[in-house]
Amino acid sequence: MHVDEATVRRIARLARIKITDEEAKGLEGELSAILDWVEQLEEVDTDSVEPMTRVVPIQLKQREDKVTDGEKADEIVANAPMSEDNFFVVPKVVE
Amino acid sequence: MSRMTDLTKLTLAEARDGLAKKDFTSTELTDAHIKAIESGNSELNVYVLPTPEHALEQAKASDMRLAKKGNAGELEGLPLGIKDLYCTKGIRTTACSNILDDFQPAYESTVTQNLWDAGAVMLGKLNNDEFAMGSSNETSAFGPAVNPWRRKGSTDKLVPGGSSGGSSAAVAADLCLAATATDTGGSIRQPAALTGTVGIKPTYGRCSRWGIVAFASSLDQAGPLTKTVRDSAMMLKVMASHDPKDSTSVDADVPDYEATLNDGIKGLRVGVPKEYRIDGMSEEAVALWEKGIAWLKDAGATIHEISLPHTKYALPAYYIIAPAEASSNLARYDGVRYGLRKPGKDLIDTYEETRSAGFGAEVKRRVLIGTYVLSAGYYDAYYLKAQKVRTLIKGDFDKAWDEVDVVLTPTTPSPAFAFGEKSGDPLQMYLEDIFTVTVNMAGLPGISVPAGLSKEGTPLGLQLIGKPFDEATLLRVGQSIEDAAGRLAITERWWG
Repeated sequence: MHVDEATVRRIARLARIKITDEEAKGLEGELSAILDWVEQLEEVDTDSVEPMTRVVPIQLKQREDKVTDGEKADEIVANAPMSEDNFFVVPKVVE
Repeated sequence: MSRMTDLTKLTLAEARDGLAKKDFTSTELTDAHIKAIESGNSELNVYVLPTPEHALEQAKASDMRLAKKGNAGELEGLPLGIKDLYCTKGIRTTACSNILDDFQPAYESTVTQNLWDAGAVMLGKLNNDEFAMGSSNETSAFGPAVNPWRRKGSTDKLVPGGSSGGSSAAVAADLCLAATATDTGGSIRQPAALTGTVGIKPTYGRCSRWGIVAFASSLDQAGPLTKTVRDSAMMLKVMASHDPKDSTSVDADVPDYEATLNDGIKGLRVGVPKEYRIDGMSEEAVALWEKGIAWLKDAGATIHEISLPHTKYALPAYYIIAPAEASSNLARYDGVRYGLRKPGKDLIDTYEETRSAGFGAEVKRRVLIGTYVLSAGYYDAYYLKAQKVRTLIKGDFDKAWDEVDVVLTPTTPSPAFAFGEKSGDPLQMYLEDIFTVTVNMAGLPGISVPAGLSKEGTPLGLQLIGKPFDEATLLRVGQSIEDAAGRLAITERWWG
Protein backbone atom coordinates (compact mmCIF):
# COMPACT_ATOMS: atom_id res chain seq x y z
CA MET A 1 0.00 0.00 0.00
CA HIS A 2 1.59 3.27 -1.07
CA VAL A 3 0.79 6.22 1.11
CA ASP A 4 1.28 9.54 -0.69
CA GLU A 5 2.25 12.80 0.91
CA ALA A 6 -1.33 14.12 0.86
CA THR A 7 -2.46 11.05 2.83
CA VAL A 8 0.37 11.49 5.33
CA ARG A 9 -0.79 15.07 5.88
CA ARG A 10 -4.43 14.00 6.25
CA ILE A 11 -3.49 11.33 8.80
CA ALA A 12 -1.26 13.76 10.70
CA ARG A 13 -4.16 16.19 10.82
CA LEU A 14 -6.45 13.45 12.19
CA ALA A 15 -3.80 12.58 14.79
CA ARG A 16 -3.37 16.28 15.66
CA ILE A 17 0.37 16.22 15.04
CA LYS A 18 1.94 19.07 13.08
CA ILE A 19 4.56 17.79 10.65
CA THR A 20 7.12 19.66 8.58
CA ASP A 21 7.53 19.17 4.82
CA GLU A 22 10.68 17.21 5.45
CA GLU A 23 8.95 14.96 8.02
CA ALA A 24 6.05 14.38 5.60
CA LYS A 25 8.47 13.20 2.90
CA GLY A 26 10.27 10.82 5.26
CA LEU A 27 7.01 9.47 6.66
CA GLU A 28 5.67 8.83 3.17
CA GLY A 29 8.38 6.20 2.62
CA GLU A 30 8.36 4.82 6.16
CA LEU A 31 4.60 4.39 6.43
CA SER A 32 4.42 2.86 2.96
CA ALA A 33 7.14 0.34 3.86
CA ILE A 34 5.38 -0.66 7.09
CA LEU A 35 1.98 -0.97 5.39
CA ASP A 36 3.51 -3.01 2.54
CA TRP A 37 5.01 -5.33 5.08
CA VAL A 38 1.79 -5.90 7.04
CA GLU A 39 0.01 -6.70 3.78
CA GLN A 40 1.30 -10.29 4.06
CA LEU A 41 -1.62 -10.85 6.46
CA GLU A 42 -3.82 -11.09 3.36
CA GLU A 43 -2.36 -14.59 2.79
CA VAL A 44 -4.16 -15.78 5.92
CA ASP A 45 -7.69 -17.13 5.49
CA THR A 46 -9.72 -15.56 8.29
CA ASP A 47 -13.19 -15.93 6.77
CA SER A 48 -14.54 -18.11 9.56
CA VAL A 49 -12.38 -16.71 12.38
CA GLU A 50 -13.69 -14.52 15.16
CA PRO A 51 -11.55 -11.52 16.12
CA MET A 52 -9.80 -11.94 19.46
CA THR A 53 -11.35 -9.70 22.08
CA ARG A 54 -9.78 -11.06 25.23
CA VAL A 55 -6.81 -13.24 26.05
CA VAL A 56 -8.38 -15.14 28.93
CA PRO A 57 -12.08 -15.86 29.30
CA ILE A 58 -13.05 -13.87 32.36
CA GLN A 59 -16.37 -12.55 33.51
CA LEU A 60 -16.12 -8.82 34.05
CA LYS A 61 -16.65 -8.02 37.70
CA GLN A 62 -19.34 -5.64 38.80
CA ARG A 63 -19.29 -3.44 41.82
CA GLU A 64 -21.96 -1.63 43.73
CA ASP A 65 -23.14 1.49 41.92
CA LYS A 66 -21.67 3.93 44.39
CA VAL A 67 -19.50 7.02 44.08
CA THR A 68 -16.04 5.97 45.24
CA ASP A 69 -13.92 8.85 44.03
CA GLY A 70 -14.06 12.60 43.68
CA GLU A 71 -13.82 15.88 45.59
CA LYS A 72 -10.24 16.41 44.50
CA ALA A 73 -10.29 19.13 41.86
CA ASP A 74 -7.02 20.51 43.22
CA GLU A 75 -5.23 17.26 42.53
CA ILE A 76 -6.74 16.99 39.07
CA VAL A 77 -5.55 20.40 37.92
CA ALA A 78 -2.24 20.21 39.80
CA ASN A 79 -0.31 19.19 36.66
CA ALA A 80 -2.17 21.42 34.20
CA PRO A 81 0.01 23.78 32.15
CA MET A 82 -2.62 26.50 32.76
CA SER A 83 -5.51 26.55 35.22
CA GLU A 84 -7.66 29.04 37.02
CA ASP A 85 -10.03 28.41 39.96
CA ASN A 86 -9.77 24.65 39.32
CA PHE A 87 -10.65 25.01 35.64
CA PHE A 88 -8.35 24.08 32.77
CA VAL A 89 -7.57 27.13 30.68
CA VAL A 90 -7.53 26.73 26.87
CA PRO A 91 -7.44 29.19 23.97
CA LYS A 92 -10.82 30.68 23.08
CA VAL A 93 -12.95 28.09 21.25
CA VAL A 94 -16.23 29.96 20.66
CA GLU A 95 -16.18 33.44 19.14
CA MET B 1 37.34 -6.14 51.79
CA SER B 2 35.28 -3.34 50.40
CA ARG B 3 31.99 -4.22 51.93
CA MET B 4 29.86 -1.50 50.35
CA THR B 5 30.72 -2.63 46.80
CA ASP B 6 30.04 -6.20 47.72
CA LEU B 7 26.53 -5.36 48.89
CA THR B 8 25.52 -4.27 45.38
CA LYS B 9 26.72 -7.60 43.99
CA LEU B 10 24.25 -9.56 46.06
CA THR B 11 21.19 -11.08 44.48
CA LEU B 12 17.79 -10.01 45.77
CA ALA B 13 17.43 -13.32 47.65
CA GLU B 14 20.93 -13.06 49.16
CA ALA B 15 20.24 -9.51 50.31
CA ARG B 16 16.95 -10.58 51.88
CA ASP B 17 18.68 -13.39 53.75
CA GLY B 18 21.52 -11.05 54.82
CA LEU B 19 19.04 -8.55 56.24
CA ALA B 20 17.23 -11.32 58.11
CA LYS B 21 20.52 -12.48 59.64
CA LYS B 22 21.40 -8.85 60.47
CA ASP B 23 24.66 -9.06 58.49
CA PHE B 24 23.93 -5.50 57.37
CA THR B 25 21.09 -2.98 57.51
CA SER B 26 18.79 -1.76 54.76
CA THR B 27 20.37 1.67 55.17
CA GLU B 28 23.83 0.20 54.44
CA LEU B 29 22.47 -1.80 51.52
CA THR B 30 20.63 1.21 50.11
CA ASP B 31 23.59 3.51 50.64
CA ALA B 32 25.89 1.12 48.75
CA HIS B 33 23.52 1.29 45.78
CA ILE B 34 23.21 5.07 45.95
CA LYS B 35 27.02 5.33 45.79
CA ALA B 36 27.12 2.91 42.86
CA ILE B 37 24.53 5.05 41.04
CA GLU B 38 26.48 8.24 41.80
CA SER B 39 29.64 6.81 40.26
CA GLY B 40 28.14 4.80 37.40
CA ASN B 41 25.06 6.62 36.17
CA SER B 42 26.81 9.28 34.09
CA GLU B 43 28.30 6.54 31.87
CA LEU B 44 25.34 4.18 31.84
CA ASN B 45 22.44 6.69 31.89
CA VAL B 46 20.14 4.08 33.42
CA TYR B 47 18.41 6.32 35.99
CA VAL B 48 16.53 9.30 34.57
CA LEU B 49 15.69 10.35 38.13
CA PRO B 50 17.63 8.97 41.10
CA THR B 51 15.72 9.44 44.37
CA PRO B 52 18.40 8.93 47.06
CA GLU B 53 16.68 10.86 49.88
CA HIS B 54 13.43 9.03 49.31
CA ALA B 55 15.35 5.73 49.29
CA LEU B 56 17.16 6.44 52.56
CA GLU B 57 13.89 7.40 54.28
CA GLN B 58 12.30 4.15 53.17
CA ALA B 59 15.40 2.20 54.21
CA LYS B 60 15.31 3.75 57.68
CA ALA B 61 11.67 2.77 58.10
CA SER B 62 12.54 -0.73 56.89
CA ASP B 63 15.34 -1.03 59.43
CA MET B 64 12.87 -0.22 62.19
CA ARG B 65 10.48 -2.88 60.96
CA LEU B 66 13.33 -5.38 60.56
CA ALA B 67 14.37 -4.76 64.14
CA LYS B 68 11.03 -6.02 65.44
CA LYS B 69 10.22 -9.68 64.96
CA GLY B 70 7.38 -10.45 62.55
CA ASN B 71 7.09 -6.93 61.16
CA ALA B 72 9.10 -7.30 57.97
CA GLY B 73 7.44 -7.51 54.56
CA GLU B 74 8.47 -9.97 51.87
CA LEU B 75 10.80 -7.46 50.19
CA GLU B 76 11.62 -5.50 53.34
CA GLY B 77 14.52 -3.11 52.93
CA LEU B 78 15.47 -4.24 49.41
CA PRO B 79 16.40 -1.39 47.02
CA LEU B 80 14.81 -1.54 43.55
CA GLY B 81 14.77 0.55 40.39
CA ILE B 82 11.41 1.49 38.85
CA LYS B 83 10.83 1.88 35.11
CA ASP B 84 9.68 5.41 34.40
CA LEU B 85 6.44 4.04 32.93
CA TYR B 86 5.12 3.38 36.45
CA CYS B 87 3.36 6.31 38.10
CA THR B 88 4.92 7.12 41.44
CA LYS B 89 3.03 9.48 43.72
CA GLY B 90 4.63 12.92 43.90
CA ILE B 91 7.71 11.71 41.99
CA ARG B 92 8.21 12.80 38.38
CA THR B 93 6.97 10.23 35.88
CA THR B 94 7.61 10.84 32.18
CA ALA B 95 7.53 7.54 30.24
CA CYS B 96 10.77 9.13 28.93
CA SER B 97 8.72 11.44 26.72
CA ASN B 98 9.00 15.22 26.52
CA ILE B 99 5.23 15.43 26.34
CA LEU B 100 4.86 14.46 30.01
CA ASP B 101 7.31 17.21 30.92
CA ASP B 102 7.41 17.49 34.71
CA PHE B 103 4.32 15.32 35.40
CA GLN B 104 4.00 14.42 39.08
CA PRO B 105 1.30 11.80 39.57
CA ALA B 106 -1.18 12.26 42.40
CA TYR B 107 -1.43 8.48 42.69
CA GLU B 108 0.75 5.37 42.84
CA SER B 109 0.55 2.48 40.37
CA THR B 110 -0.90 -0.68 41.89
CA VAL B 111 2.22 -2.74 41.15
CA THR B 112 4.60 -0.27 42.82
CA GLN B 113 2.19 0.12 45.74
CA ASN B 114 2.35 -3.67 46.17
CA LEU B 115 6.17 -3.39 46.31
CA TRP B 116 6.15 -0.60 48.91
CA ASP B 117 3.55 -2.48 50.97
CA ALA B 118 6.01 -5.40 51.01
CA GLY B 119 8.73 -3.07 52.33
CA ALA B 120 10.77 -2.46 49.16
CA VAL B 121 12.90 0.68 48.74
CA MET B 122 12.89 2.85 45.57
CA LEU B 123 16.29 4.02 44.28
CA GLY B 124 14.83 6.02 41.40
CA LYS B 125 13.13 5.99 38.02
CA LEU B 126 14.71 4.04 35.17
CA ASN B 127 15.23 4.90 31.52
CA ASN B 128 13.15 3.33 28.74
CA ASP B 129 12.22 3.87 25.11
CA GLU B 130 9.69 6.72 24.82
CA PHE B 131 6.27 5.30 25.80
CA ALA B 132 7.96 1.86 25.67
CA MET B 133 8.16 2.05 21.88
CA GLY B 134 11.52 0.65 20.87
CA SER B 135 13.95 -2.23 21.20
CA SER B 136 17.18 -0.39 21.99
CA ASN B 137 16.31 2.43 24.41
CA GLU B 138 17.40 4.86 21.68
CA THR B 139 13.99 6.57 21.48
CA SER B 140 14.15 7.86 25.09
CA ALA B 141 13.87 11.63 25.46
CA PHE B 142 16.71 11.35 28.01
CA GLY B 143 19.08 9.63 25.57
CA PRO B 144 19.74 5.89 25.65
CA ALA B 145 20.75 3.75 28.59
CA VAL B 146 23.99 1.87 27.90
CA ASN B 147 24.59 -1.86 28.18
CA PRO B 148 27.31 -2.63 30.77
CA TRP B 149 28.39 -5.53 28.51
CA ARG B 150 30.93 -4.75 25.78
CA ARG B 151 32.25 -6.85 22.93
CA LYS B 152 35.56 -8.59 23.60
CA GLY B 153 38.42 -6.20 22.94
CA SER B 154 36.11 -3.31 22.08
CA THR B 155 34.97 -0.20 23.91
CA ASP B 156 32.02 0.46 21.58
CA LYS B 157 28.82 1.12 23.45
CA LEU B 158 26.08 -1.45 22.96
CA VAL B 159 22.33 -1.09 23.41
CA PRO B 160 20.77 -2.66 26.53
CA GLY B 161 17.67 -3.68 24.57
CA GLY B 162 14.30 -2.05 24.92
CA SER B 163 12.01 -0.79 25.86
CA SER B 164 13.07 -1.69 29.44
CA GLY B 165 16.72 -0.85 28.71
CA GLY B 166 17.30 1.20 31.85
CA SER B 167 15.92 -1.66 33.93
CA SER B 168 18.04 -4.35 32.25
CA ALA B 169 21.26 -2.31 32.29
CA ALA B 170 20.77 -1.21 35.92
CA VAL B 171 20.28 -4.80 37.08
CA ALA B 172 23.24 -6.08 35.02
CA ALA B 173 25.49 -3.29 36.33
CA ASP B 174 24.44 -3.80 39.97
CA LEU B 175 22.83 -0.35 40.24
CA CYS B 176 19.77 -1.95 41.87
CA LEU B 177 19.00 -5.40 43.24
CA ALA B 178 16.07 -5.83 40.84
CA ALA B 179 13.85 -3.64 38.70
CA THR B 180 10.31 -3.34 37.43
CA ALA B 181 9.71 -3.40 33.70
CA THR B 182 6.86 -3.72 31.21
CA ASP B 183 6.43 -5.88 28.11
CA THR B 184 4.12 -5.15 25.17
CA GLY B 185 5.97 -7.04 22.41
CA GLY B 186 9.16 -8.20 24.13
CA SER B 187 10.22 -5.21 26.22
CA ILE B 188 11.13 -7.31 29.27
CA ARG B 189 12.53 -10.44 27.60
CA GLN B 190 14.62 -8.87 24.82
CA PRO B 191 16.51 -6.49 27.18
CA ALA B 192 16.98 -9.41 29.59
CA ALA B 193 18.58 -11.47 26.81
CA LEU B 194 20.88 -8.62 25.74
CA THR B 195 22.18 -7.93 29.26
CA GLY B 196 22.47 -11.40 30.80
CA THR B 197 19.55 -10.83 33.18
CA VAL B 198 16.33 -12.72 33.86
CA GLY B 199 13.00 -11.21 32.78
CA ILE B 200 9.50 -12.63 33.00
CA LYS B 201 6.41 -11.31 31.25
CA PRO B 202 3.50 -12.78 33.18
CA THR B 203 0.17 -13.89 31.70
CA TYR B 204 -1.95 -10.94 30.56
CA GLY B 205 -4.04 -10.05 33.60
CA ARG B 206 -1.59 -11.38 36.21
CA CYS B 207 -0.43 -7.88 37.21
CA SER B 208 -2.57 -4.78 37.37
CA ARG B 209 -1.97 -2.20 34.63
CA TRP B 210 -3.47 0.56 36.77
CA GLY B 211 -1.12 3.54 37.04
CA ILE B 212 1.26 2.29 34.34
CA VAL B 213 1.47 4.67 31.37
CA ALA B 214 -0.53 2.90 28.65
CA PHE B 215 0.97 1.90 25.29
CA ALA B 216 -1.18 -0.92 23.83
CA SER B 217 -3.70 -1.92 26.45
CA SER B 218 -4.52 -5.43 25.18
CA LEU B 219 -0.80 -6.34 25.16
CA ASP B 220 0.87 -4.37 28.01
CA GLN B 221 1.92 -6.35 31.06
CA ALA B 222 4.16 -5.58 34.04
CA GLY B 223 6.95 -7.87 35.20
CA PRO B 224 10.38 -7.91 36.83
CA LEU B 225 13.98 -7.85 35.55
CA THR B 226 16.37 -9.54 37.95
CA LYS B 227 19.80 -11.12 38.41
CA THR B 228 18.48 -14.65 38.94
CA VAL B 229 15.40 -16.79 38.38
CA ARG B 230 14.81 -16.93 42.14
CA ASP B 231 14.80 -13.14 42.30
CA SER B 232 12.15 -13.04 39.56
CA ALA B 233 10.05 -15.49 41.58
CA MET B 234 10.30 -13.18 44.61
CA MET B 235 9.40 -10.05 42.65
CA LEU B 236 6.52 -11.56 40.69
CA LYS B 237 4.85 -12.90 43.81
CA VAL B 238 4.60 -9.36 45.18
CA MET B 239 3.89 -7.53 41.89
CA ALA B 240 0.98 -9.82 40.92
CA SER B 241 -2.46 -9.11 42.34
CA HIS B 242 -6.10 -8.79 41.45
CA ASP B 243 -6.99 -5.12 41.27
CA PRO B 244 -10.56 -3.79 41.07
CA LYS B 245 -9.10 -0.71 39.37
CA ASP B 246 -8.04 -2.80 36.33
CA SER B 247 -10.96 -4.78 34.95
CA THR B 248 -8.57 -6.98 32.95
CA SER B 249 -6.60 -8.06 36.01
CA VAL B 250 -7.51 -11.60 36.92
CA ASP B 251 -8.74 -12.80 40.28
CA ALA B 252 -6.49 -15.85 40.57
CA ASP B 253 -4.35 -17.20 43.39
CA VAL B 254 -0.72 -16.08 43.26
CA PRO B 255 1.37 -19.14 44.14
CA ASP B 256 4.59 -19.10 46.15
CA TYR B 257 6.82 -19.34 43.09
CA GLU B 258 9.99 -19.70 45.12
CA ALA B 259 8.71 -22.78 46.95
CA THR B 260 8.60 -24.91 43.78
CA LEU B 261 11.73 -23.57 42.04
CA ASN B 262 13.86 -26.61 42.79
CA ASP B 263 11.23 -29.29 42.21
CA GLY B 264 12.97 -30.31 38.98
CA ILE B 265 11.55 -31.01 35.54
CA LYS B 266 11.51 -34.80 35.32
CA GLY B 267 8.89 -35.89 32.78
CA LEU B 268 8.13 -32.33 31.69
CA ARG B 269 7.21 -32.09 27.99
CA VAL B 270 9.15 -29.35 26.18
CA GLY B 271 8.02 -28.17 22.75
CA VAL B 272 10.45 -26.88 20.12
CA PRO B 273 8.58 -24.99 17.38
CA LYS B 274 9.97 -25.56 13.90
CA GLU B 275 8.72 -22.18 12.68
CA TYR B 276 11.25 -20.42 14.91
CA ARG B 277 14.13 -21.67 12.75
CA ILE B 278 14.14 -18.52 10.69
CA ASP B 279 16.59 -17.17 8.11
CA GLY B 280 18.87 -14.57 9.53
CA MET B 281 19.18 -16.16 12.95
CA SER B 282 22.80 -16.14 14.10
CA GLU B 283 24.61 -19.48 14.20
CA GLU B 284 25.36 -18.99 17.85
CA ALA B 285 21.68 -18.48 18.68
CA VAL B 286 20.93 -21.76 16.92
CA ALA B 287 23.77 -23.52 18.75
CA LEU B 288 22.60 -22.18 22.08
CA TRP B 289 19.06 -23.35 21.39
CA GLU B 290 20.45 -26.86 20.78
CA LYS B 291 22.38 -26.60 24.03
CA GLY B 292 19.21 -25.58 25.87
CA ILE B 293 17.40 -28.60 24.46
CA ALA B 294 20.25 -30.84 25.68
CA TRP B 295 20.21 -29.28 29.17
CA LEU B 296 16.50 -29.85 29.60
CA LYS B 297 16.83 -33.42 28.31
CA ASP B 298 19.62 -34.08 30.81
CA ALA B 299 17.37 -32.74 33.58
CA GLY B 300 14.73 -35.34 32.69
CA ALA B 301 12.42 -33.48 30.31
CA THR B 302 11.21 -34.92 27.01
CA ILE B 303 11.60 -32.90 23.81
CA HIS B 304 8.91 -32.68 21.13
CA GLU B 305 8.97 -30.87 17.83
CA ILE B 306 5.80 -28.83 17.51
CA SER B 307 4.27 -26.56 14.90
CA LEU B 308 2.96 -23.04 15.49
CA PRO B 309 1.97 -22.36 11.89
CA HIS B 310 0.90 -18.73 12.25
CA THR B 311 4.14 -17.57 13.89
CA LYS B 312 5.29 -15.52 10.91
CA TYR B 313 2.13 -13.41 11.00
CA ALA B 314 2.50 -12.37 14.64
CA LEU B 315 4.86 -9.47 14.02
CA PRO B 316 2.92 -7.83 11.17
CA ALA B 317 -0.35 -8.26 13.10
CA TYR B 318 1.35 -6.72 16.13
CA TYR B 319 2.37 -3.70 14.06
CA ILE B 320 -1.30 -3.06 13.34
CA ILE B 321 -2.72 -3.73 16.80
CA ALA B 322 -0.06 -2.02 18.92
CA PRO B 323 0.03 1.27 16.93
CA ALA B 324 -3.79 1.30 16.71
CA GLU B 325 -4.14 1.02 20.47
CA ALA B 326 -1.28 3.46 20.99
CA SER B 327 -2.87 6.11 18.76
CA SER B 328 -5.99 5.83 20.87
CA ASN B 329 -4.17 5.80 24.22
CA LEU B 330 -1.89 8.70 23.32
CA ALA B 331 -4.83 10.90 22.29
CA ARG B 332 -4.92 11.99 25.93
CA TYR B 333 -1.75 14.09 25.54
CA ASP B 334 -3.39 17.31 24.46
CA GLY B 335 -1.45 19.99 26.31
CA VAL B 336 -4.50 20.85 28.40
CA ARG B 337 -4.67 18.63 31.47
CA TYR B 338 -1.04 17.79 32.18
CA GLY B 339 2.37 17.77 30.62
CA LEU B 340 3.80 19.98 27.94
CA ARG B 341 1.88 22.76 26.19
CA LYS B 342 3.06 24.66 23.11
CA PRO B 343 0.64 27.53 22.56
CA GLY B 344 -0.83 27.81 19.04
CA LYS B 345 -3.13 30.31 17.38
CA ASP B 346 -6.26 28.39 18.44
CA LEU B 347 -7.14 25.20 20.33
CA ILE B 348 -6.54 22.78 17.41
CA ASP B 349 -3.26 24.50 16.63
CA THR B 350 -2.28 24.18 20.29
CA TYR B 351 -2.93 20.43 20.16
CA GLU B 352 -0.90 20.10 16.96
CA GLU B 353 2.03 22.19 18.15
CA THR B 354 2.10 20.42 21.52
CA ARG B 355 2.04 16.92 20.09
CA SER B 356 4.57 17.83 17.43
CA ALA B 357 7.01 19.16 20.00
CA GLY B 358 6.30 16.54 22.67
CA PHE B 359 6.44 13.26 20.76
CA GLY B 360 9.65 11.81 19.32
CA ALA B 361 9.98 10.38 15.80
CA GLU B 362 9.15 6.73 16.62
CA VAL B 363 6.09 7.68 18.66
CA LYS B 364 4.82 9.93 15.85
CA ARG B 365 5.38 7.13 13.35
CA ARG B 366 3.35 4.69 15.41
CA VAL B 367 0.54 7.13 16.21
CA LEU B 368 0.25 7.87 12.49
CA ILE B 369 0.22 4.18 11.51
CA GLY B 370 -2.40 3.59 14.19
CA THR B 371 -4.50 6.53 13.05
CA TYR B 372 -4.28 5.28 9.46
CA VAL B 373 -5.35 1.69 10.20
CA LEU B 374 -8.25 2.88 12.35
CA SER B 375 -9.40 5.56 9.91
CA ALA B 376 -12.74 5.33 8.10
CA GLY B 377 -12.84 2.50 5.58
CA TYR B 378 -9.70 0.76 6.80
CA TYR B 379 -10.76 -0.66 10.18
CA ASP B 380 -11.92 -4.05 8.82
CA ALA B 381 -8.98 -4.47 6.45
CA TYR B 382 -6.37 -3.83 9.13
CA TYR B 383 -7.40 -3.88 12.78
CA LEU B 384 -10.17 -6.48 12.52
CA LYS B 385 -8.02 -8.64 10.25
CA ALA B 386 -5.13 -8.47 12.72
CA GLN B 387 -7.42 -9.40 15.63
CA LYS B 388 -8.58 -12.44 13.66
CA VAL B 389 -4.98 -13.45 12.99
CA ARG B 390 -4.45 -13.09 16.70
CA THR B 391 -7.17 -15.68 17.34
CA LEU B 392 -5.27 -18.06 15.04
CA ILE B 393 -1.97 -17.44 16.83
CA LYS B 394 -3.59 -18.18 20.17
CA GLY B 395 -5.19 -21.27 18.61
CA ASP B 396 -1.73 -22.57 17.60
CA PHE B 397 -0.68 -22.49 21.24
CA ASP B 398 -3.96 -23.96 22.51
CA LYS B 399 -3.26 -26.97 20.27
CA ALA B 400 0.36 -27.18 21.38
CA TRP B 401 -0.68 -27.41 25.02
CA ASP B 402 -2.25 -30.82 24.28
CA GLU B 403 1.24 -32.13 23.55
CA VAL B 404 3.65 -30.08 25.64
CA ASP B 405 3.90 -28.16 28.94
CA VAL B 406 6.32 -25.41 27.88
CA VAL B 407 7.86 -24.16 24.65
CA LEU B 408 11.59 -23.42 24.31
CA THR B 409 12.90 -20.82 21.81
CA PRO B 410 15.75 -18.33 21.55
CA THR B 411 14.76 -14.93 22.99
CA THR B 412 16.34 -12.90 20.18
CA PRO B 413 17.90 -13.82 16.82
CA SER B 414 21.22 -12.15 17.79
CA PRO B 415 23.08 -10.52 20.70
CA ALA B 416 23.32 -6.81 21.65
CA PHE B 417 24.06 -4.40 18.80
CA ALA B 418 25.76 -1.02 18.71
CA PHE B 419 23.98 2.34 18.85
CA GLY B 420 22.77 3.49 15.45
CA GLU B 421 23.13 0.02 13.94
CA LYS B 422 19.39 -0.53 13.55
CA SER B 423 17.82 2.82 14.36
CA GLY B 424 17.85 4.00 10.73
CA ASP B 425 15.37 1.36 9.58
CA PRO B 426 12.16 0.89 11.61
CA LEU B 427 11.44 -2.55 10.11
CA GLN B 428 14.92 -3.84 10.96
CA MET B 429 14.38 -2.74 14.57
CA TYR B 430 10.91 -4.32 14.70
CA LEU B 431 12.49 -7.72 13.87
CA GLU B 432 14.15 -7.70 17.31
CA ASP B 433 10.78 -8.83 18.70
CA ILE B 434 10.21 -11.66 16.24
CA PHE B 435 10.47 -14.41 18.90
CA THR B 436 8.83 -12.54 21.77
CA VAL B 437 5.82 -10.87 20.21
CA THR B 438 3.72 -14.04 19.67
CA VAL B 439 3.60 -14.43 23.44
CA ASN B 440 1.97 -11.01 23.90
CA MET B 441 -0.44 -11.66 21.04
CA ALA B 442 -1.60 -14.87 22.73
CA GLY B 443 -1.54 -13.32 26.22
CA LEU B 444 0.77 -16.06 27.52
CA PRO B 445 3.58 -15.89 30.08
CA GLY B 446 7.18 -15.91 28.82
CA ILE B 447 10.57 -15.80 30.53
CA SER B 448 14.06 -15.09 29.22
CA VAL B 449 16.98 -16.71 31.02
CA PRO B 450 20.67 -16.02 30.26
CA ALA B 451 22.11 -19.10 28.60
CA GLY B 452 25.54 -18.29 27.24
CA LEU B 453 27.85 -15.87 25.47
CA SER B 454 28.13 -15.04 21.79
CA LYS B 455 31.51 -15.22 20.07
CA GLU B 456 31.71 -11.47 20.74
CA GLY B 457 31.52 -12.23 24.45
CA THR B 458 28.05 -10.74 24.92
CA PRO B 459 25.02 -12.52 26.43
CA LEU B 460 22.30 -14.50 24.70
CA GLY B 461 19.06 -15.71 26.24
CA LEU B 462 16.65 -18.59 25.90
CA GLN B 463 12.91 -18.01 26.11
CA LEU B 464 10.36 -20.32 27.68
CA ILE B 465 6.67 -19.87 26.89
CA GLY B 466 4.04 -21.30 29.23
CA LYS B 467 0.35 -21.99 29.60
CA PRO B 468 -1.85 -19.16 30.90
CA PHE B 469 -1.16 -18.50 34.61
CA ASP B 470 1.51 -21.21 34.75
CA GLU B 471 4.38 -18.88 35.63
CA ALA B 472 5.39 -21.37 38.34
CA THR B 473 6.40 -23.95 35.71
CA LEU B 474 8.25 -21.33 33.66
CA LEU B 475 10.28 -20.28 36.68
CA ARG B 476 11.00 -23.91 37.58
CA VAL B 477 12.26 -24.69 34.04
CA GLY B 478 14.11 -21.36 34.03
CA GLN B 479 15.88 -22.48 37.19
CA SER B 480 17.06 -25.65 35.41
CA ILE B 481 18.51 -23.58 32.59
CA GLU B 482 20.21 -21.25 35.06
CA ASP B 483 21.62 -24.25 36.95
CA ALA B 484 23.04 -25.68 33.73
CA ALA B 485 24.29 -22.43 32.18
CA GLY B 486 25.59 -20.74 35.31
CA ARG B 487 25.31 -17.01 35.84
CA LEU B 488 27.02 -14.81 33.27
CA ALA B 489 29.50 -12.38 34.79
CA ILE B 490 30.76 -9.08 33.40
CA THR B 491 34.55 -9.19 33.60
CA GLU B 492 35.36 -5.49 33.47
CA ARG B 493 33.44 -2.86 35.44
CA TRP B 494 34.38 0.01 33.13
CA TRP B 495 31.64 2.42 34.15
CA GLY B 496 33.14 3.63 37.42
